[in-house]
Amino acid sequence: MTDTNGTELLLEATGISKTYGAVVALKSASLAVRPGEVHALMGANGAGKSTLVKILTGAVRPDGGSITMRGRERAVHSPAEARRSGLIPVYQEPALIPDLDIRSNLRLTDTPIEPYRHWMSELGLPDLNLANVARTVPLASLRIIDLARALAAEPDVLMLDEMTAALPANLTERVLEVVGRMRGGDRSVIFISHRMIEIAAVCDRATVLREGETVGIVDITAGSEERIVELMLGQAVEELSARQERGATDESWRAATPRLSARGLSHGTRLADVTFDLHPGEVLGVVALEGQGQDELFDVLAGSDKPSGGEMLIDGKPVRFGHPADAIRAGVVYVAADRAEALLMQRSVRENIALPFRTAFSKWGPINIGDERKKVTAAIGTLQIDTRAQREVRRLSGGNQQKVTIARWVAGGVRTMLCFDPTRGIDIRTKTQIYALLTDLAAAGAAILIYTSELKEIQLACDRVIVIFGGKVVAEMNAADADEPTLLRAAYNLRSDAVMPEQAAAEAVAAESGSEAVAAVEEAMTK
Amino acid sequence: MTAATTTAEARKPGPLDTLADTARKNGWTIGLLVFLGVLLAFTRFIQPTYGPSGIQNLAIQALPLALAAAAQAVVVIAGGIDLSIGSMMALTSVVAAANMEDQSPEYAVFVVIAVLVLGLVLGAINGTLIVATRIPDIVVTLAMGFVWAGAALLVLPTPGGGAPDWLKDLVLGSLGTEWLPKALVLLAIVVAIVWLPIQRSKIGLWLYANGSSPLAAFRSGVPVNRAKIIGYMVGGLFAALAGLSLTASTGIGTPVPGPTYTLLSVAAIVLGGVSLAGGRGGLFGPIVAVFILSLLRTDLSFLRINTNLSTVAQGIILVAVVMVGTLVQLRRERR
Repeated sequence: MTDTNGTELLLEATGISKTYGAVVALKSASLAVRPGEVHALMGANGAGKSTLVKILTGAVRPDGGSITMRGRERAVHSPAEARRSGLIPVYQEPALIPDLDIRSNLRLTDTPIEPYRHWMSELGLPDLNLANVARTVPLASLRIIDLARALAAEPDVLMLDEMTAALPANLTERVLEVVGRMRGGDRSVIFISHRMIEIAAVCDRATVLREGETVGIVDITAGSEERIVELMLGQAVEELSARQERGATDESWRAATPRLSARGLSHGTRLADVTFDLHPGEVLGVVALEGQGQDELFDVLAGSDKPSGGEMLIDGKPVRFGHPADAIRAGVVYVAADRAEALLMQRSVRENIALPFRTAFSKWGPINIGDERKKVTAAIGTLQIDTRAQREVRRLSGGNQQKVTIARWVAGGVRTMLCFDPTRGIDIRTKTQIYALLTDLAAAGAAILIYTSELKEIQLACDRVIVIFGGKVVAEMNAADADEPTLLRAAYNLRSDAVMPEQAAAEAVAAESGSEAVAAVEEAMTK
Repeated sequence: MTAATTTAEARKPGPLDTLADTARKNGWTIGLLVFLGVLLAFTRFIQPTYGPSGIQNLAIQALPLALAAAAQAVVVIAGGIDLSIGSMMALTSVVAAANMEDQSPEYAVFVVIAVLVLGLVLGAINGTLIVATRIPDIVVTLAMGFVWAGAALLVLPTPGGGAPDWLKDLVLGSLGTEWLPKALVLLAIVVAIVWLPIQRSKIGLWLYANGSSPLAAFRSGVPVNRAKIIGYMVGGLFAALAGLSLTASTGIGTPVPGPTYTLLSVAAIVLGGVSLAGGRGGLFGPIVAVFILSLLRTDLSFLRINTNLSTVAQGIILVAVVMVGTLVQLRRERR
């Protein structure tokens, strides 16, 4: 019940295991939280982090292991019981009921109003109306409300699960400040974040999970980030290096007829006038702040939406898509950020891969199983999909699911692929594989258009990049010239060296907390 | 920058703002009431003799359906749907009629209470099966609907049984002025007694929370399974009340009122502003909607429209009204 330092542990989980069917989510995870510390829980995607969170919060029962709170064995079968035992989680998705007003939401969890108000003003949102229905409150504010509600209940252990992801910078700062103040007290925080900078700023120690096991506990000091990354990745410490300066050397694609051309495309109020060419063998990056029309652009290109103006050309011929099926027939396929949009979650990996090319290529006759199986197997091999959980795609990790969405198009033979933030929420290793795959596809003659929200990935995957701002293409450059500062400047449509206030703010925060904060500011600006 | 702009809107609301806010929140119900008023005026216009007796018939005719709609509304708000309501009404109605026939009024009181308990039990069975087996609500309640319907026919193979005078008295006739039918007063009292305490309590929050977002509710510590079962139990209670009101207004038990009530109850809650996705709406809207639907039918018969055609017309009117409502809502959300 005590750790090596002799202090009594507030929360201790030992030997936690959990399997889902054939998939081992947790082999033997442990976590020991001392009173008054902010403890980071780290792990790449698929390491078992989210399963451990579910077990700690009572949403899922472990197969084995024990959990103690303040030295007492804890038997928890529901989130309600976990709350009563003193552990309150705050998630990236706020646990507020959309159709109830804030007051009722507080009443639902028996949260006293006054402490809630106190924490709301501490967190920088002092005068939010309690009568507002949660559905009508902006998402960022809801997340702050959820946090204030948790703090007001004075939990022994507060668990923040990706709480700061995509939160505006000013609010992130407040959250980190409040979390930091809990250090040294009687209560603790379990802090889960992908942002190393935040971990370094507020955490005392970090527990690192890999493949369902706790592989290390790191004291956070200067330079401990490296150690954490090493632990998370295991032996495979590899840099993101899918493409080494390919754009500079191989430019043969420039001569060919563009595979896909947009001429003055517009849609509604967001997409004003977008013109570009996408050549065979090219990976073209699209960079934009949130809500600059990129969603609409991809919807139009993929045939989900009709443009209100402008035209599209495929291989030099004008086309009109009325339906995604038209786009697929014209060889334009779409990979969405949200895997759930694209996959049949309860069907097998094979069926998911075979689905589009079944509908596209099979005639009225029976399906040619042998041929199909060969193609699917080839695609699975190419993508190194983890097929332990073959029977249901929903059991795969996010990264493997994304590979399946790409594999289905690879199996059919891809001509033009539109990828919208394909690596969102995917770990480094899988990201690398996905980028390598896209590069290979391009080398084989495919044309690839990719939007990514992570600026530093542009140079790894793309030959060329266009920047969209206010629904228009405002810059075009070779990937070699597109380093992060340049792209960011272009994304804010800064042509001269004049500094916009937001830009200044972004740089100020970036100086303090690195590139991650930039994403937060981007989000803040679009609101 | 975001925080400043988003929170600046949240000023202290004045009394006028609150009134406007209430009007906005209940806009749909107010619209329904206006529509009902217009419809009543229209009825008077096409049938100048339409008066107290017409209103009374309307209330008596609408009472069982209004209670059925209340049952459906509670279940749907809690995130389910109950396709066995018509059968539960049949079963409770015949159990009441069969047991009250030629019995003393005091014994009938006991029967009424027993039937209400039966309603709670039927609802609990529906809810427990759904929660325990994880079979979709629609499948479980459809199947159980057949069970209840069969049971009703076992209790009373043909319409029959009886009801004591005091029970009939509760429903038939008027109270004070001839313009105020007893059935309407009874409806208001019953719904108020059952629903208001639930709505004001934590359990009401559970029902809305579970219907609105089961995951968020689960994470907020709501016992989601219990909430769902409670929703079905309250639904069962209202269905039993609906069955009793059938027996009270007709004086007998009918073993097959069946699917019409179930489907009409779904129509009424949709028209009444309850979201089929759960978590949104109340009981007042659906009850007003029931009166609109009943009055529409009366009007169509006054207009001497072929009954088959009038069923078609009812359906079209229902779709049109809901469509207009959805469009209004969409436009409001887009702004």
